[in-house]
Amino acid sequence: MKPAAFVYHAPRTLDAALALLAEVAPDDGRILAGGQSLVPAMAFRLARPTHLVDINGVAGLDRLAVDGDALSVGALVRHAAFHKADPAHGVLGRLLADVVHNIAHYPIRTRGTMCGSLAHSDPASEWCLTVATLGGEMVARTAKGARRIAAADYFQSIMTTALEADELLAEVRLPMLSEDTKFGFYEFNRRAGDFAIGAALVAYRIVNGKIAEARVGLGGIEGTPRRSAEAEAALNGQAPTAEAFKAAAQAASGNVDPIEDAQTPADYRRELAGTVVFRALERAAT
Amino acid sequence: MSETVAITLKINGQKHAVSVEPRRTLVDVIRDDCGKTGTHIGCEHGVCGACTIIVDGEPMRSCLMFAVQADGCDIRTVEGLAKDGKLNPVQRAFMDNHGLQCGFCTPGFLMLATCTLERDPHIADEDLMEVISSNICRCTGYQGIVKAVRQAAAEMRGEAQEDRK
Repeated sequence: MKPAAFVYHAPRTLDAALALLAEVAPDDGRILAGGQSLVPAMAFRLARPTHLVDINGVAGLDRLAVDGDALSVGALVRHAAFHKADPAHGVLGRLLADVVHNIAHYPIRTRGTMCGSLAHSDPASEWCLTVATLGGEMVARTAKGARRIAAADYFQSIMTTALEADELLAEVRLPMLSEDTKFGFYEFNRRAGDFAIGAALVAYRIVNGKIAEARVGLGGIEGTPRRSAEAEAALNGQAPTAEAFKAAAQAASGNVDPIEDAQTPADYRRELAGTVVFRALERAAT
Repeated sequence: MSETVAITLKINGQKHAVSVEPRRTLVDVIRDDCGKTGTHIGCEHGVCGACTIIVDGEPMRSCLMFAVQADGCDIRTVEGLAKDGKLNPVQRAFMDNHGLQCGFCTPGFLMLATCTLERDPHIADEDLMEVISSNICRCTGYQGIVKAVRQAAAEMRGEAQEDRK
């Protein structure tokens, strides 16, 4: 349970961090931010990076601000920054405050970062589900420049993203939500703070009494979080009734390709997909 | 062995100049190099909370931080809670309410509760319970711990305490 040896770097500027990353990435060098997933993986020797570039001392990466039509979340913004909804972040702030309490435990949330969760990309990650559902955008930086990656292109398979080895996930941009957006999050696990066995995040607006712009995201069910087009189609144009929610839950459940583990067979997660979608929709409606 | 790095850990106000491999976790260095064995190591992967300490005012699972990252930081461990032979309110409340049996998880709970209540003794009970759910205890069934933390919160808010026999 002791991590393997590595060389430690603690740059003070973003440029220095990116230059270091460019140098050590081909040699399995990695970024260290909150370390709440990477360090356990190293303790188990599931990860054996040869170099760690610690960005905790890099100035400017803790920026959290509304930037045009998006909330910009820098690489060092800790989960705990979302514990209390910032009124300036509107509905999105309330959504993030609702979701964040499901992430691990308090001392993990004061250290771990949203961007770190996205870079790690565990299938059960609440933030990955949030970004996939809302259509967030990842800003990946190298020493040579930056590119933006849409959520739909970002999550590739279990713990695999579109990030290249020499790219730092410097920022994630979450779209601001209109004030009439209704949202609901529901996560199922056996103990508070555990990894989700399944989770759903839903958001929609009511236009003339009918659901519009429905977003239904599933996390922990498949290898990557994603929206359920079938569930969304079942909701759009319908009144927000239990019947409509049930139909959406069935549509979600019937169109998933669940992951399996020793405790949880695929059929269990398939059924759970419907349950979490239904409960998230119920929460959105209340 | 890889190259060592010279760092200074400030633990409960006392400076410890040590030379450590970057792969060494903070808890290992606090215990083995600085001789402060009050902080316990449980799971070594951030699940149990036994190694919780306070680093620059935040609760930290010291098995999930490398010692090199804590160079120059203000570190508080269980050894620093009692002052002049007097237990702090959280420690006293754990005694009063059977908040411990074997004592293995206790330093982590004490540091977590102390950090939380020093920051905000008026914390809502629901939020306090969420914080306390972070750590694992295999002896008490938690009820004694919950009672202890609530008593400490009341005391730190300045509310009158019943006489303790």
